[in-house]
Amino acid sequence: MTMNGYSADEMMAVEAARRLDNRTVCFVGIGLPSLAANLARRTHAPGCVLVYESGTIGAKPSRLPLSIGDGELADTADAVVSVPEMFAYWLQGRRVDVGFLGAAQIDRRGNLNSTVIGDYAEPSVRLPGGGGAPEIATSVENVFVMLRHSRRAFVPQLDFMTSVGDNVRVVVTDLGILEPRAEELTLVAVHPDVEVDDVVAATGWDLRVAGDVHETAPPTTDELAALRSLDAKGNGRWQ
Amino acid sequence: MIVSLGDAVEELVRDGDVVALEGFTHLIPHAAGHELIRRGKRELTLVRMTPDVVYDQLIGMGCARKLVFSWGGNPGVGSLHRFRDAVEHGWPQSLELEEHSHAGMAAAYAAGAANLPFGVLRGYTGGDLPARTRVAAVTCPFTGEELAAVPAHRPNVGIVHAQQADRHGNVQLWGILGVQKEVVLASERSIVTVEEIVDELELRPGGAVLPSWVVDAVALAPGGAHPSYAHGYYDRDNDFYVAWDEISRDRDRFREWMQHHVLDTAGVREYHASLAGEVTAA
Repeated sequence: MTMNGYSADEMMAVEAARRLDNRTVCFVGIGLPSLAANLARRTHAPGCVLVYESGTIGAKPSRLPLSIGDGELADTADAVVSVPEMFAYWLQGRRVDVGFLGAAQIDRRGNLNSTVIGDYAEPSVRLPGGGGAPEIATSVENVFVMLRHSRRAFVPQLDFMTSVGDNVRVVVTDLGILEPRAEELTLVAVHPDVEVDDVVAATGWDLRVAGDVHETAPPTTDELAALRSLDAKGNGRWQ
Repeated sequence: MIVSLGDAVEELVRDGDVVALEGFTHLIPHAAGHELIRRGKRELTLVRMTPDVVYDQLIGMGCARKLVFSWGGNPGVGSLHRFRDAVEHGWPQSLELEEHSHAGMAAAYAAGAANLPFGVLRGYTGGDLPARTRVAAVTCPFTGEELAAVPAHRPNVGIVHAQQADRHGNVQLWGILGVQKEVVLASERSIVTVEEIVDELELRPGGAVLPSWVVDAVALAPGGAHPSYAHGYYDRDNDFYVAWDEISRDRDRFREWMQHHVLDTAGVREYHASLAGEVTAA
């Protein structure tokens, strides 16, 4: 919680939610993406369709699920399909507009690593791995990345490339917003009370900064109320 | 057909087998996983899209030689500490990995169920995974498009949990179905544990039925998905997944927990009794 009365996670969720519209079909992971998509559905985009990779299409949970396969997702979904169907007909079938991804590392092209830190054969940290990410990254036109800013995460060279950055349209961090400009992630906005230099310092490569960097609007009272009504305990956990 | 879980595991699972326990968040066959541990099964190749707590336990107890998977974490919580310890430090033994994406695993199971040698998908494009796993390029004979081929999963044994079976061993499951139907049809032998045995199955919209003649053994295991859930029977024990992070972090603490709740219990009823009164919330 900052002196402004909202947390960095809440700022991230709000900024991501603002990028979803009423017709967006959105492939959601657990944690911040789920928070963002549910927030959009409860504010400006009630028609936003939430697809969880467990097979629930059009889920409308009343509170944030801890896993992508909680019973409430199935109970509130328009349709529940098998996992092979989810990946073949719906994701590969290009019926999803926006896919959210997180990762341990990102490079300047938006390529992501969620597989290992260190060498693949003898890793210093074995991470969970790609899961749905490799095909989300290539089958969905608009990939939104949500990731906390640090030099450990924003690296010049990935230890492993789990998914490619070709379709990454925006990276929402706890410090600001990056978008690809001329194929390189570029700082286009900073959150309230964040300086451009803070973001540059938290990036492991020489970060390109747009000439017209603006400040993101802080969460509104309505956005915060909607967020908190989701009972967002444990947000920031990732799947 | 309807047998005890112990007999099913003893009869159908051999050391060195390729074994797939499936259930995507829902209906995870934990009771069967525990029975594999109690019976001391060794050198298994474990296949599973999301080797969460159930495989963390099998890996930490030294049952696995190899893991075929696509996402190895504690859902909603973080790391799988036993899986990580095996990969990072070879404890209690080294673990060979064959890593895929979810889409690749799903295609491999569907191909296995369809008696095809490989699954085909538009995937594994770019990135470093193709160099580390079993995937190859195939060319579409009609359009010339290059696609990814993954070898079909044909486990020796497929194990799933379902809500109900009837007295003849016909099985029905509903809710999130994951890849359970595919893994049963792709496997040489199969075991299904169920919450309940009923006189007659009442067919449910969106449910999947596995006729008795595609299942080798059905075993009654009420609560057998815990800490996962069984739609219509009980909810996911989210607190347990959080608690597992602390239980599994330390080797001794893990072994002690497994001794008390799995090795020292005779089956799923005693497992639940051993948990009763023990608050799992972190």
